[in-house]
Amino acid sequence: MKQIKIDPITRLEGHGKIDIFLNDDGEVANTYFQIPELRGFEQFCVGRPVEEMPRITTRICGVCPEAHHMASAKACDAVFHVEIPPTAKKLRELLYNVFYAGDHTTHFYALGGPDFVVGPDAPKAQRNILGVVAKVGLEVGGKVIEMRRRTQEVIKILGGKNTHQVTSLPGGVSKGINEEERKLIEEHCKWFVDFGKFTIQVFNDIVLKNKAYVDLILSDMFSMKIYSMGLVDEKNRVNFYDGKVRVVDPDGKEFVKYSPNDYLDVVSEHVEPWTYLKFPFLKKVGWKGFVEGKDSGIYRATPLSRLNAADGMPTPAAQEEYDRMYKTLGGKPVHATLATHWARTIELLSAAEMALDLVRDPEITGTNIRAIPTATPTEGVGIVEAPRGTLTHHYITDEKGILRKANLIVGTTNNYAPISLSINKAARGLIKKGTTVTDGILNTVEMAFRAYDPCFGCATHTLPGQMPLVVNIRNKDGEIIQEIKRN
Amino acid sequence: MGFEPRIVAFLCNWCTYTGADLAGVSRLKSPANIRVIRTMCSGRVDPTFIMKAFDLGADGVLIGGCHPGDCHYAEGNYKTLRRAHLMKKIMQAYGIDEKRLRLEWISAAEGDKFQEVTTTFTETIRSLGPLDWRKRIGQGDRVENPVTV
Amino acid sequence: MAKPKLALYWASSCGGCEIAVLDIQEKILDVANAFDIVFWPVAMDFKYDDVRKMEDKSIDLCLFNGAIRNSENAELAHLLRAKSKALVAFGSCAHEGCIPALANLTTKDAILKWVYKDSPSTVSLNGGVYPQTHTKMPEGEIEIPEMWGTVKSLDQVIDVDYYVPGCPPQPFQIWNVIEYILSGKPLPPKGSVLGADDKTCCDECPRERKEKKIKKFFRPYEILPDPNECLLDQGIICMGPATRSGCGALCTKANMPCRGCYGAPPNVVDQGAKMVSALSSVVDSQDPNEIDEILNQIADPLGTFYRFSMAHSILKRVDKI
Repeated sequence: MKQIKIDPITRLEGHGKIDIFLNDDGEVANTYFQIPELRGFEQFCVGRPVEEMPRITTRICGVCPEAHHMASAKACDAVFHVEIPPTAKKLRELLYNVFYAGDHTTHFYALGGPDFVVGPDAPKAQRNILGVVAKVGLEVGGKVIEMRRRTQEVIKILGGKNTHQVTSLPGGVSKGINEEERKLIEEHCKWFVDFGKFTIQVFNDIVLKNKAYVDLILSDMFSMKIYSMGLVDEKNRVNFYDGKVRVVDPDGKEFVKYSPNDYLDVVSEHVEPWTYLKFPFLKKVGWKGFVEGKDSGIYRATPLSRLNAADGMPTPAAQEEYDRMYKTLGGKPVHATLATHWARTIELLSAAEMALDLVRDPEITGTNIRAIPTATPTEGVGIVEAPRGTLTHHYITDEKGILRKANLIVGTTNNYAPISLSINKAARGLIKKGTTVTDGILNTVEMAFRAYDPCFGCATHTLPGQMPLVVNIRNKDGEIIQEIKRN
Repeated sequence: MGFEPRIVAFLCNWCTYTGADLAGVSRLKSPANIRVIRTMCSGRVDPTFIMKAFDLGADGVLIGGCHPGDCHYAEGNYKTLRRAHLMKKIMQAYGIDEKRLRLEWISAAEGDKFQEVTTTFTETIRSLGPLDWRKRIGQGDRVENPVTV
Repeated sequence: MAKPKLALYWASSCGGCEIAVLDIQEKILDVANAFDIVFWPVAMDFKYDDVRKMEDKSIDLCLFNGAIRNSENAELAHLLRAKSKALVAFGSCAHEGCIPALANLTTKDAILKWVYKDSPSTVSLNGGVYPQTHTKMPEGEIEIPEMWGTVKSLDQVIDVDYYVPGCPPQPFQIWNVIEYILSGKPLPPKGSVLGADDKTCCDECPRERKEKKIKKFFRPYEILPDPNECLLDQGIICMGPATRSGCGALCTKANMPCRGCYGAPPNVVDQGAKMVSALSSVVDSQDPNEIDEILNQIADPLGTFYRFSMAHSILKRVDKI
């Protein structure tokens, strides 16, 4: 089982430090989930030519550089007031959907999936991708690796590089595809759709046919009734690349639907002195701390919240699964944190279907892929839906297109408050007076945590973090009475 | 003690160095602040040399070359001209006053010009004060974070 | 015989280097078979304490990616140096600061002020709340590492044996390095750059080069460049002449100019100075005013020439905090 340890993806993309404080009665007084670092992209990008931003901001996150590349390119288009040619838009969207399918695959099989597929109670040594392979069959491991290889190949063709893409710039893309490349990508996309269906089948067979798992999904400890955010197209269907951001309240009613330009009317960020990461919240509702409900401004931006915020999926097979999920879980909206994994498989399928549609579009091999901006650059906002949450890039430039101000609200950051709250709930649910805290709490806390697919490298300016997950249990005097590590 | 500028002068072998020599034998008094480095051509002065000089404590850098058209290697001084312009832009971006880099064409016969240039350049640098690059760049780094919760 | 011990660590980085290691695809299994991986936080559950308990020099090879941005990065750098026989600055951040080191063009103060106080989405109460290394909460005190004012490359903090450049290093180059080490051949001299070639990016670029005479510079969005001609010949600033070969000229093949992620070519001390020199040779003018006019068309020369090597520039910042 040596290979477990070299398994491509850790169970957490990034690290974190959690402090749990107990009160006099030995019950949980409070929990703190801290992010240890800030890089400061928003400030050190000032003075850079704005067209370089799609190539600079990819370095915010090497796990999802595609998302930053796209949000940045869209913000640049807006800065230059330029409409990109349809072929350019489709090429960007194709790249983006292929990336989505690949990214969700990684999370489902290597990070989140083991909890379900192998089982939450399985020994730690089996709760990884190899455990998944052992349970589901050897072919799965091969398929996951192949999925990764194929998505990387398409991304390299369209983006120039596997990691840190270069092809999007203000006005379009630098490189189109020819018929030969199109055919190759089409073959891959067909395979992606099959793989998406296969993944849903895996989820169906292993999770949904097991009552214990379904009960776990629906349990109170993993439920959180807060607002849901996601990007939607003109028909209010889920879209990853373009559209308006829709927020629905805990009852599933539309709270707001906004264009990228209006994000400041909707989202604000709260600062705490004990962490380098900020906490976004809905401005009109207000920051009320780490609490649930309609009166608290915290929201989620996850696969599940995207499905909650939309009226449906843009593609047929994914739509069927969408309907089935809500039917199974008792209608919209769903607040079960662990259902995020299910939503993720539906998004994976949808991204694959979208990619296949796009690569079959007659315009995709078009040669008009760039519009030369002519207007004076000013200010622009670009939003895409990153796998880990709504991603906003906002730039202000001088008349020469040199960046003067930048503001970024990045994927995982949106979910910082909900993740903190999830950890808090899990801790409170498990640590009671007189109980000895065991390794088990960590598994459960982690399950809540992992559903978000958190990536604190991605959480803008913060790094993937330097601390492996450590839980400190402290008594009322603040002394550490127990330290649990994921050993 | 008053501030005495340290100036590194890269002088072309064929023109300016000889001009400096002429200033010497003509008993023209030049400031003692100049440290001369002889190069075969002003075109030999790699931007790295200029940066290194500033990094190691120079307050100003002077480059002396042949007049346009007179380069011993045909084009070297034109390249130096363009280089100096671009170097100044880099210096400005770093926050170094561009006047700390000076390019002058001084022929072998212009001992008096050598004297004039070195004298005025030394005065310019004197009025700008020490560059103190290593010290200056650290400013504003250490911050006491004000906190009000 | 026991397998050689391998450690991988990320300091201030984006995670792209880890992804690049995984992108050697199925060969990752060969790595797993050939090495005993003793530390890799992104993939394994070994903790800092486990490393502290190791014997000095017990790790045979340590691939260290990420720049040094805070107190914790530095602490781990020192720790891994003590425990490792061969320590490699892996990827552009560890090599020469990469994009995070652009922060050396501003100050910690300015960064904190913008991020936590002035940025338009931030709610700034009572004049601003800033992260503190130690915070007393009602329940007790909690800590986070101290952010440094200056971003440093790994070799500015500890002694480094080898460098693997690139943002990220290309997977085939990573495999070349691993294969070389596994071959048991004598290790190259200390300070060597591995996983790259010995020429400039231009030498790998398939575009046709002519004698360069530039009257006007263009920013990439301003023109549709000819797909077969040298981008610099066409007036687009391309870092190719001042960048080490090794990536396969991926960016220029995608119609975008090189930005220099493989660092300075062999025998070049300062990548930006090299670019100043290269451009000075190709601007087509001998008139001071016209030269100025042409050079003014280059947007942000400092941030472009040192996009990936700011921490290693000669005029870098030198203070500790």
